[in-house]
Order: sequence, then C-alpha cells, then structure tokens
Amino acid sequence: MSNYPLISLAIWTPILAGLVVLATGTDRNAPLARMLALAGAILGLLVTIPLWTGFDVAQGGMQFVELKTWIPRFNINYHLGVDGISMLFVLLNSFITIIVVLAGWEVIQQKVAQYNAAFLIMSGLMNGIFTSLDGILFYVFFEASLIPMYLIIGVWGGPNRVYAAFKFFLYTLFGSLLFLLALMYLFIQSGGSFSILEWHKLPIALGAQIWIFLAFLIAFAVKVPMWPVHTWLPDAHVEAPTGGSIVLAAIALKLGAYGFLRFSLPIVPDASHELSGLVIALSLIAVVYIGFVALVQTDMKKLVAYSSIAHMGFVTLGFFMFSAMGIEGALIQMLSHGFVSGAMFFCIGVMYDRVHSRQIADYGGVVNTMPKFAALFMLFSMANAGLPATSGFVGEFMVILAAVKFNFWVAFAAATSLIVGAAYTLWMYKRVIFGDVANHHVAELSDINNREFLILGVLAVCTLWMGLYPQPFTEVMHASVNDLLRHVATSKIQ
Amino acid sequence: MFDNFVVPNLLPAAPELFLAAMALIILLVDLVVKDSRRTVTFTLTQIALVGCAAIQFYTSTGEVVYTFSNMFVDDLMSDLLKLFLYMTMIIVLFYSRGYVLDREAMNKGEYYVLALFATLGMMVMISANHFVTIYMGLELLSLSLYAMVAMNRDSVVSTEAAMKYFVLGALASGLLLYGMSMIYGATGTLEITGVAEKLYGGGANKTLLVFGLVFLVSGLAFKLGVVPFHMWVPDVYHGAPTSVTLLIGSAPKLAAFAIVMRLLVNGLITMAADWQNMLIILSVLSMAVGNLAAIAQTNLKRMLAYSAISHMGFMLLGITTGVVSGDARYALNAYSSAMFYVIAYVLMTTGSFGMILMMSRAGFEADNIEDFKGLNKRSPWFAGIMLMLMFSMAGVPFFIGFFAKFSVLQAVVAAGYMWLAIVAVLFSLIGAFYYLRVVKVMYFDAPVDDSPLTASTDMRLLISANGLAVAILGMFPQVIMSLCAYALLRSL
Repeated sequence: MSNYPLISLAIWTPILAGLVVLATGTDRNAPLARMLALAGAILGLLVTIPLWTGFDVAQGGMQFVELKTWIPRFNINYHLGVDGISMLFVLLNSFITIIVVLAGWEVIQQKVAQYNAAFLIMSGLMNGIFTSLDGILFYVFFEASLIPMYLIIGVWGGPNRVYAAFKFFLYTLFGSLLFLLALMYLFIQSGGSFSILEWHKLPIALGAQIWIFLAFLIAFAVKVPMWPVHTWLPDAHVEAPTGGSIVLAAIALKLGAYGFLRFSLPIVPDASHELSGLVIALSLIAVVYIGFVALVQTDMKKLVAYSSIAHMGFVTLGFFMFSAMGIEGALIQMLSHGFVSGAMFFCIGVMYDRVHSRQIADYGGVVNTMPKFAALFMLFSMANAGLPATSGFVGEFMVILAAVKFNFWVAFAAATSLIVGAAYTLWMYKRVIFGDVANHHVAELSDINNREFLILGVLAVCTLWMGLYPQPFTEVMHASVNDLLRHVATSKIQ
Repeated sequence: MFDNFVVPNLLPAAPELFLAAMALIILLVDLVVKDSRRTVTFTLTQIALVGCAAIQFYTSTGEVVYTFSNMFVDDLMSDLLKLFLYMTMIIVLFYSRGYVLDREAMNKGEYYVLALFATLGMMVMISANHFVTIYMGLELLSLSLYAMVAMNRDSVVSTEAAMKYFVLGALASGLLLYGMSMIYGATGTLEITGVAEKLYGGGANKTLLVFGLVFLVSGLAFKLGVVPFHMWVPDVYHGAPTSVTLLIGSAPKLAAFAIVMRLLVNGLITMAADWQNMLIILSVLSMAVGNLAAIAQTNLKRMLAYSAISHMGFMLLGITTGVVSGDARYALNAYSSAMFYVIAYVLMTTGSFGMILMMSRAGFEADNIEDFKGLNKRSPWFAGIMLMLMFSMAGVPFFIGFFAKFSVLQAVVAAGYMWLAIVAVLFSLIGAFYYLRVVKVMYFDAPVDDSPLTASTDMRLLISANGLAVAILGMFPQVIMSLCAYALLRSL
C-alpha cells in the first residue's frame, strides 16, 4: 500500500475536486456543484483511510514518506510524511470537509460552486500543512490556506464580514512572516537545508534558540490563538458562515498547536524549556480569563468562539509540561475539540438559519419546538463542558492529571476552568433551550431535518466514541509522542 | 586618416541593429497605411520583436563579448534580460491594441514606432559598457516615453504628466551625467570595466569618487522611481494613457535593473560599502512610503504606482546585500535574487495593468478601484485572474510573487541583515492590505454595472495566460531562478 503516494492523494484530491466544482460555473448548476463537492469530499476522506489502516503504531518516525526535489536552487523539497501526531489530523480534516459541504447544502444559495470549491481547496491545503516535512512547503501551504478562508468570511459572512476578513488575514499574515524569517535563519544555520527533520538534529546556541522560539511563538500563537493575540477569532467566527466557523474551529486552530509540536519543541528544545513558563502562563490566562469572558457573552457564536480559545489554552498547557500524559491529552483535546466545536457551531447555525439571530436573548424554550435538536445539542454542550463519557472529558482530564504532577497550582487553575466551562456552556444551553417559548420566532421553529440530523448524529457518535474508548487514538500517538519527548529532553546547545 | 579603422564585430549587437532597421522601415511603411488598417503596423511591430528574440537566441554564445571599442557588451545576463524584454514588449503591445484602437488620437503608427525605439533604448542600456552608451540608451528610452505619455494630446492630465515626466526625467539625466563626469574625472575613463580596473588599482581621488557616486545613485534612483526620488511615479502612472502606463511600469524596470548592475556592480564594486548604505536607505524609505501611500489611493493606476515604488525598494534589498564587509561570497545569490524579483515583478505588473486595459472601453478607463466592484459576478474567471495577480503582488504563495520575495529575503538573511529583513517583512504586511482591498472590491461588493466584459478573444486568452503563468511559475519557480543564477554566474 505504501508504494502509492497516499499523502499526495490526500492533498491533491480535494484541491482537484475543488477546481472541478469551480468549473461548474454559475448558480444555475448549483445542484451539480453540490453533488460534485460532496463526492469530492467523500473521495478525499476515502483516500486518507489507508493512512490509518496502514499505519504502524509501533513506529515513532515518519511514515508514508514522499520525497521529490522541488526547487533545487534553494534545496527545497516536496517532502511529505505523517507520524502519530499528524496522521489523525489529516483524517479529521478530511472528515470535517464532508460535514462542511453538507452544512452549507441548503443554506448557501449564492455562488454555490465557489463556496464549495473554497472549502475543498482549503481542505487539501490543510492536509498539506499537516504532512509537510519541508519548512518552505509547510509555509507555502500555511499561507495559501489564508486565501480561501479570507474569501469564505468575506463573501458569505455576516454584516461585518469585511472587517473580520481583513483582520483574520492580516493577523495571521503578521505571525507567519516572522516565522518565515526564522525558517530562513535555520536554512542558513543548517548549511542550506529546509528539511524539518534535519533541523530537529541541528545544534543551535541558546540565544538564537530564544529568538527562533519567539518567532515561532508569534506565528503559532496567532493561529491557536493564544491570549493576547486572540482577538481576531471572535470576529472571524461571528462573521463567518457556519461552514467557515466549523473549519476555523475544528481544523484551522489546530494548525498553530500542531506547529508547536512540529517546530518549536523539537527544533528549539532548550528555548522551549526556558520559556515554558511564559507559554504556561499565557495558556492559563486563556483557560481562566477567557473562560470568564465567555460567561458574559450575549452572542452564542461569540461564546463558543471564546470557549474555543479556552480549550486551546488547555492544548498549549499540555504541550509545555513536557510529559507524555500532557501531550497526548492535549492531542486528544485537539481532536475532541474538532468534533465538539464543529458540532456546536453547526447547532448555532441550525438555529440561525431559522431565526436569523445569534443572540441568546432572542431564544428560549427551543426544546418545545425542536426536541430532537435539543437532545443532540445537550450532548455537545456537555462535551464542551467536559463531562465524563464525552470526548471533551478525556483530553482535559489527562492534561489536568499531567498538571498535577507538574505543579499543583497550575493544575488548580486549570481545573477551575472545568467549573467555568460548565457554567458558560450550560447556562447558555439553559437560556436558549429551556424555559417558556420566548417569542413567535421560536414558536414557529421546525425541528431538524434528515440532513441536519445525519450531521449531528455522526458527530455525536464520534464524540461518544472518543469519550468512551479513546484507546485507538492514543495508541496511534504513543510512539511518536515518546520520540518527541526523548528529543525535547536532549539539549541542543553545544 | 582611416588607416586604423577596423569594422567592429557587429554580431553581438545584431538584435539592436535589426530592431533599428525595422523601426525605420515600419515608420516608412506606416506612411502609406490608412488609420483603419493600422493592424499592418501592429503586425510588423510584433514581427520585429519576435525577430529580435530569434536573433538574440541564435547569436547568443554565452561568452562575454565586447565590441564597438568596448562600448557595448554582450553577455548572458544581457541575453536573458533582453529575451524577457522582448517578451514583455510583445505582451504589452498586445494588451495595448484594443485600447489604442478605441482612442483615435493614439491610433497612429508613431505609437508602435516609438514603442520600438523605447525597446531599442532599453536594449542599449542593458548591453552598455560605457557611460555614454548608458546615457544614449537611457535618453532614447526616455524621449520615446515622454512622447508616448503625451500622445493623447487632447487630454490635460496626460499632457501634464508628460511635462512632469520630461522635466524630472531631464533633471535625473543631468544628475546621472554629472555623477558620470566626476567619476571620469577621478578615474580618467568612461568605460565601465575600465573604471573597475582603475579603482581596483587604487589611487583615485576618493572624495571626487564619492561625490560622483552620490549623483550617480540619485540619477539611478530617479529612473527606478525609489524614494525620495519617486515624485514623478504616481503622477505619470496616473496621467499617462493606461497602455503607456503599462509600458512604463513593466519593461523599463528590466533595463533599470541592468544599468544598476552595470554601473554599481560591474563598475563600482570596490565602492560597494558606500553605495550599499545609500541603497539601504533608499530601499527602506521606498518600502515605507510606497506601501503606506498606496493604502490611501482610490485610483488603481496610482495605487499600482506606489506599489511599484515599494517593489523597486524591495528589489534593491537584493542588490544591497551582495558584498558583506568586503566579502563577495554572497554576490551571486544576492544579485540573481534581485534579477528574479524584477522578472517576477514585470510579469505581475504586466498582468495587473493588462486587467485595467481589458476592463476599459472607448470613453471608459476602468482605472478606479471602484470600477472592479463585483467583478466576480460579472466574470468569475477574470476576477480569479486578478485575484491571483493581487495575491502574487502581496507575496502570498503559491504565486511567483512569494518566491520573488522569498529569494530576496533569504539573500538579506544570508548576508546577516536580520533587522533589514524584519523591516521588509513588516512593510510587506502593510502592503498586503491594499492588495486585499482590490480582492475585497471584486469579491465582497456588488457590481455597479452588470455589463459583461467586451474585450477581444486574443486579449482574454493572453491575460488568462499571464495570470496562470503567475500561478504556474509560482509552483515551479526553479526554471527562472536557475536561469538568473546561471546567467549572472557567466556574466559577473
């Protein structure tokens, strides 16, 4: 199996499908565009499945490696591969793409082909980010994925979409430009190589490590996003169409966190140790402070956006305690957040499509008119709050467990977020779903249709599966995470 | 009297001679061509350019050959730049055609003949190895362009732009000549390679040389349009008929790059420490002023003018990093990056002005950013092409603009100027804003007029090819990158 360029397929299948969808042209062919997009998304998922079935869990290194010269002038290679850290995200991304195509099925009536094409192309680009083993290849995918997202927010977004689209683009571009300079510095230091795996072995003095770490930190912190560079996220989420929010929350935020594991920790381990206090502090601020910010939101999408920041705080916290438990917990949290936040945004989208409001105050008593929806929304809210037996619990629990070993007060601060998280999610749920029917809009609501039920059902199954039986996921990560930790523990200063 | 007269080796200058002859022939032929049959002139012009390219290609030896008593040089760098020059001119004239046909005052044979003379001027600049040759080429180019800017003579804006261009251009030529004369005074030769030898030997009057250098760099800065010598750029870009703006904004950048290389690198490399510092200041100022001023523009041509200023500033970065504290190890890397940058820039800017030309009709210029409103609704394909061009200009991958910026930046980082790289990167972030705004107008806004585009098929095809080239060369930049590196390796 591994003789086939599986990863290239995972990257280029959705992109080509996107171009085909684009070719269907105007909205007269909208049904065709939708069908083609769905077929492309499903095909995109199918080609990634061999990555999981053929994956050797005992091996910590890169698998399914592809290596071709791309730009020999600068020794840039088309170098792809997955390990236990990245493989699951490729699958998650390809899976979420199907959800996104389905989520826009009826809602998007304008420029249908372009909408679906943008998501398919972005899906391919993001698979490229997760699998690149060459610094510039990574950067190219990383940057290029801004273009479709910019268009998605700007063309199909809400009233303040232009501001949000610009903010999103410029914020992330700012981060990644400094990252690019760090890549060039490493290129010079390593005597002319852009290979990430070679950089892992490259000895660097501490002073330089600190600067590189900071450049990485800015790029990835903006993308994660970490406090205090998180302000683009609520704007982008609120204005983006439902599909855009799902992709942003489920996949795009993971890119930054993934960057920490692929770049920061192994390339500059000493600086990572040196500055771990800073990252942990920022993460705790995100977890606690942003949790409280979420509590006072009146807009549902904003609330979930802030809760995403808090959840991603857990992820960065888990990374920088340098323990297997912490990193695996953080990875599980990333996957779980992919399902749960995707589902949360979809639920809000379901209500928004019917009432055209995201304000909590405009709802109340939705359970009376949408019982099926209320039940599923309940599950995801619980998962968002980190209730045991849902996927949300596993990751947070593992990170807190790792934190207890690391430092009691860090664990204490992190654990308070379980309470705050439960508070803002369940309080929102209570105000929206329970109580008397608030107004005639709510009274006229119709329950979810089969398409919506299918999407939420599949996501619910995933959430419960990860919550009850996380073994298959952690098993994949184990060898790679151990490799990574061994690597991080060795000093690179000579 | 003519005892020691030797017929110079004409072969290295064969394309120039051919083009000069063709330009004169076309001028004569055009006398008998009626206005309605101007296609004849157009076709002959294109044939002349294609002929030049063929001659260039087949006479290229890859060696450095001097002729006309060392006044003229033919090396691989000039061959490559000239080939790109012909290609650019061919595209430029194709783009201009519809625009010129729609405007009576411009639909004259002179338009094409002047374009050919401008090309000839640029070719002479590229191959110059003598101060007088450089000046001759430069003036041939400039005088042709002054006339072309004023060609739409009933337009007040164009006439004003032509006047401005002429006065400031003459001033710049004066500065350049003054600098040349001082360097002549210090070294006793006008030959560029001779100057280099003289300086290498030492003993030249340093004060005189530095004064000469300052004037020389100022003159070059005028021609490149970098801050603080940029005042003419926005006005001329804005005021000139769009087809002429396209010409001014594209091919001459190749020639300007060539004379910078000839004068500063071939001639005055021993003074690199002096001129590099000047170029750093020019470059940082250009990126700052260009990018910041572009934000405020509502006219697309003016915006692209400021963007040109910032791009030329960025390109200069590559030239400033060739020699690091006397060590020329990075020279090839740095200069070839700058060359790649110029070629990539010319490709992008040709496409961008081409889009304006394609959108314009008789009596409608389409040169305001607002005119692109809702283009995605009117023509998704061309909105996509413009999107690629804009993102490429902003330096976003997978487009060629990214690799242009990348190669210059890595040269800057390799030379150890990290602070300069950070400055460059921050200004390109600011620059991204106004390119994004064009995309915003096309995609996020509703169209003002719903009329479909009226451009001719060949125009559509060519502009599509131009846009796709920006994307495809962005995915496979290796070819041009290594061509530049190889050409410079064989020429320096």
